[in-house]
Amino acid sequence: MFEDFYPILFLVALATFLGVALTVMSIILGRRTKLGKKFDPYECGMEPVGTTKDPVPVHFFMIAISFILFDLEVIFLLPWAVVARDLGWFGFGAISIFVVIILVGYVYELGRGALTWE
Amino acid sequence: MLEVIIISSIKVLTVVIVVLTCCAYSTLLERKLVAYMQHRLGPIYAGPWGLLQPIADAIKLMFKEDLVPDRVERTLYTLAPILSFVPSLLVFAVVPFSSDFTLFGYDVTGVISDLNIGVLWVFMITGFGVYGVVLAGWSSGSKWSLLGGIRSSAQMISYELSYGLSIVGVILLANTLSMTEIVGQQDSIFSWYIFRQPLGFILFFTCAVAETNRAPFDMAEAESELVGGYHTEYSSMRFASFFVGEYANMLAASAVAATLFLGGWQGPLLPPIVWMMLKVFFGMFIFIWLRGTLPRFRYDQLMNFGWKVLFPLALLNTMVTGLIVMLTNGTN
Repeated sequence: MFEDFYPILFLVALATFLGVALTVMSIILGRRTKLGKKFDPYECGMEPVGTTKDPVPVHFFMIAISFILFDLEVIFLLPWAVVARDLGWFGFGAISIFVVIILVGYVYELGRGALTWE
Repeated sequence: MLEVIIISSIKVLTVVIVVLTCCAYSTLLERKLVAYMQHRLGPIYAGPWGLLQPIADAIKLMFKEDLVPDRVERTLYTLAPILSFVPSLLVFAVVPFSSDFTLFGYDVTGVISDLNIGVLWVFMITGFGVYGVVLAGWSSGSKWSLLGGIRSSAQMISYELSYGLSIVGVILLANTLSMTEIVGQQDSIFSWYIFRQPLGFILFFTCAVAETNRAPFDMAEAESELVGGYHTEYSSMRFASFFVGEYANMLAASAVAATLFLGGWQGPLLPPIVWMMLKVFFGMFIFIWLRGTLPRFRYDQLMNFGWKVLFPLALLNTMVTGLIVMLTNGTN
């Protein structure tokens, strides 16, 4: 247990340190000047118009919800894949029924056009 | 106990340094290869064949002004580059880079940590990548960033499905989630899983290209329409964090592809570590080749392709593989 997870802990610590160090480095080393309009958001040289806190098209949320559903399916497939040989045909039958149920939802989403972009 | 700590700490340090060096030189490799594909020379002035170019780039980026625009959400804006840099290194925790070896009288395993859920760890960490993108896009307070961030987060989660599904076939054949055992099973060239899972490999690599936001799926930074995408407002080393993260992600995807499908460090004659490097850079070459060759997808084509082609194909691949596993040696 310790041999498995100590290296990972150390790697996480090291990676986090490096990530923070890069940001700190840019704050310390960079030259700074306060000139004109360069602190405006970039808009191809125009005066910035409006805000960015506008509503996002609902289609992106549909994609996110579908993602959660189908990703859960993948999570259930993984443990089955590991022990598929031990479970035999019973396990295969069970997972087939599960996949068919998910497929019904997938076909329904396709039919309603939730996955289609124009 | 102390021995374990010292050995694995040194190993982690070595791997991180090697990975970061590979990232730096992957940028040079990419510029050189793309240049030759376009009948140009690429970087030639910094050192012979431009070999010092990555160092020059790093120094230049370090001393650039760190510009933080007025409209950003400070906390998330600072957090986003870190969140996109850190997970890209964590994938290498479970990638076996060599067989077990002895160094100065100490037995060293060829992997940072042989987790028995290695494959799951890879996909967990890959899933983190989307946070950096979406937070950077949202917190920048610029419309280009917002559009790029939303687009590429939707793209990344869409392709993550098929990414996860495409390796279920390999796990069915391998019966384990441990990366070390999966490599151990591919000890001759004909037992490489690419020959038993060709469709799985193609799906995996396609999704890997989309996951790392590379051409032809580089919606995130479609220069001609979105300026710089989610990192438009970043400069200096914060920008470099995104860049290093992207290249480390490509290296990680190549390394995982090599481990799962191409036999990892297994190979004749040459030492294992050399084989691993060769396979990883073969993957990198394909990444760069695709960028030099293919035009960019349109966004609707990209999403339709992910949901209506890749996902059903990956599911089909999984169920057919499952059926074959059952028919050949399932009953016991």
